[in-house]
Amino acid sequence: MSETVTASEAPRENYLNRDHSVASWLLTRDHKRIAILYLIGISIFFALGGLMAVLIRAELATPQGDLFPADVYNRLFTMHGILMIFFFLIPSIPAVLGNFLIPLMVGAKDLAFPRINLLSWYLYMVGASFTFVSMLWGGIDTGWTFYTPLSTTFATGQVLLTAVGIFIAGFSSILTGLNFIVTIHRMRAPGLTWFRLPLFVWAHYATSIIQVLGTPVIAITILLVGAERLFHIGVFDPKYGGDPVLFQHLFWFYSHPAVYIMILPAMGVISELVTCFSRKKIFGYHFIALSSLAIAVLGFLVWGHHLFISGQSVVAGTIFSFLSMFVAVPSAVKVFNWTATLYKGSVSLETPMLYALGFIGVFLIGGLTGVMLATLGIDIHVHDTYFIVAHFHYVMVGSAIMGYLGGMHFWWPKITGRLYPAFISKVAAVVVFIGFNVTFLPQFILGYLGMPRRYHTYAPEFQTWNVMSSAGATVLGIGYLLPVLYLLWSLKYGEKAPANPWHATGLEWQTASPPPLENFEVTPVVTEDPYSYPDGTLRPKEVPVGV
Amino acid sequence: MRTDTNPHGVDPVRMYVSIFGGLMALTALTVGVSFIDFAHHLPSGWLNVYNDAAAMAIALSKALLVVTFFMHVRHATRLTKIVIAGSMTFFLFLFAFTLADYFSRGWLGPPGK
Repeated sequence: MSETVTASEAPRENYLNRDHSVASWLLTRDHKRIAILYLIGISIFFALGGLMAVLIRAELATPQGDLFPADVYNRLFTMHGILMIFFFLIPSIPAVLGNFLIPLMVGAKDLAFPRINLLSWYLYMVGASFTFVSMLWGGIDTGWTFYTPLSTTFATGQVLLTAVGIFIAGFSSILTGLNFIVTIHRMRAPGLTWFRLPLFVWAHYATSIIQVLGTPVIAITILLVGAERLFHIGVFDPKYGGDPVLFQHLFWFYSHPAVYIMILPAMGVISELVTCFSRKKIFGYHFIALSSLAIAVLGFLVWGHHLFISGQSVVAGTIFSFLSMFVAVPSAVKVFNWTATLYKGSVSLETPMLYALGFIGVFLIGGLTGVMLATLGIDIHVHDTYFIVAHFHYVMVGSAIMGYLGGMHFWWPKITGRLYPAFISKVAAVVVFIGFNVTFLPQFILGYLGMPRRYHTYAPEFQTWNVMSSAGATVLGIGYLLPVLYLLWSLKYGEKAPANPWHATGLEWQTASPPPLENFEVTPVVTEDPYSYPDGTLRPKEVPVGV
Repeated sequence: MRTDTNPHGVDPVRMYVSIFGGLMALTALTVGVSFIDFAHHLPSGWLNVYNDAAAMAIALSKALLVVTFFMHVRHATRLTKIVIAGSMTFFLFLFAFTLADYFSRGWLGPPGK
């Protein structure tokens, strides 16, 4: 590959300083600027969703309903779920890091459809605005799952407005996925064959397939909820010949694979981090790449495990139980390959690597409890308890946010051209890991003891574990706040970043930090396999990794 | 498949008119069969779904016409055809597993019942 460009050689004009006008940002077709726009958008909605989590945990610190009546509490956890899932977790890594990095990683000047990319961001913002207005207007209390007949017949909140918001944002997701698929197929640099692609790109390719194939189903399902609510068309209402369980089939056909929209990109990030900070070629490249596709396909065949006690037939439940356990195989392939990569590697505990190791830990717990929940008998025992809450937070929140933060810390010098403080960022990574586990491990115990989810009051014997969970949430909140502060600080005061501060492989590190408008001065030519680190070689000591 | 007389995959207008006519005829057929209760005329089996099957068959035929001719898939590359086949496969997953639930209700009860 070509020589790296140092900071002093970096061109003075880059995508950030080329034009400072507001119009140049709002009308940009540059994938890097659109990634920054997404970063701002998802950060706002993460903060809002996080604020609701704080209120939920504050309420649950005592067994009584001290702070909110039941109805307000229902609206709080519903909007927390909707904001976090549809407007943070699903777009987080693909729309920010994927948008920024995929053209760079494949050696292209931009995504295949730059205008559609900008349209995706506008659709996301319009959808999020609808949902935000619905919140201000009283919100909804259906849970993020919109289960019928509650959502169609009995709920009194802004169901339609919120549904419209999610419907619109869904198109943003579809168009982003489409853009990635076409870019990866058509715009790879000369010599960049499929099996020379970074695993981050493979993970996003698999994610995009889910986005394109699954999202239309949730869009139609939400439309049907709206039509049922307005016109009583009778798709889900037994009074008119419909079936509420049909809603659950349609909803989970998308919403279970949506978990993989959140986790697969994070897995892509972790593959990059583990190999880079082990200074070792990744173990089992082909298996990791193809396991992403296997997860994308198998992820569509397991939705029925959400319906084990919803009236689904025992035969279907048994089939879905088996398939749900089967999806653990490609997930485990990744975990084993990451740990095998660490073996005899020259592991350095830089901030991104701390998040990567944290990811492996929390994903292991989330994944293994997933296998437990795929077992019919156990699932029936803990159904609708805090065990479920803890499980999906370990997978969707712990793992996906560990991946997101790890990726942000890894590519922040590339994105902004600035280094962040190394020590405080490592402290933050440890605080996030501790805070997360103190928050959610007690919830496994609470759930197993029988505490149901979605109630604002609970039996007094559950209080100790709830106080521990709320205390952990405070620690976690501090852990999330720290990166916001020091990353913003670094924009003005951080040391200028060289092109390749981590001495990583990959085309994105072969161009300046931040990259020029069209990414590369000359179209790169790829001549070797990815991750060609000299196995186990220590990184040169003079390489700057922080200020 | 492209031919020498049709090198760019552009079809004559009369073809589109014919397909449009076909779609209209199939729409009329959908309306027509909705007035027939097949269950009265055919032997009733364990699945009394003749009307549904007829409506779905017509809808599928219409979708195939639209995809093949109006969306120009018959002139498309092999990759496009693979994408469509893949999408249809996932669509079938949705139908097959959902129907697997509906058709198998009552086959097995909960343990002990």
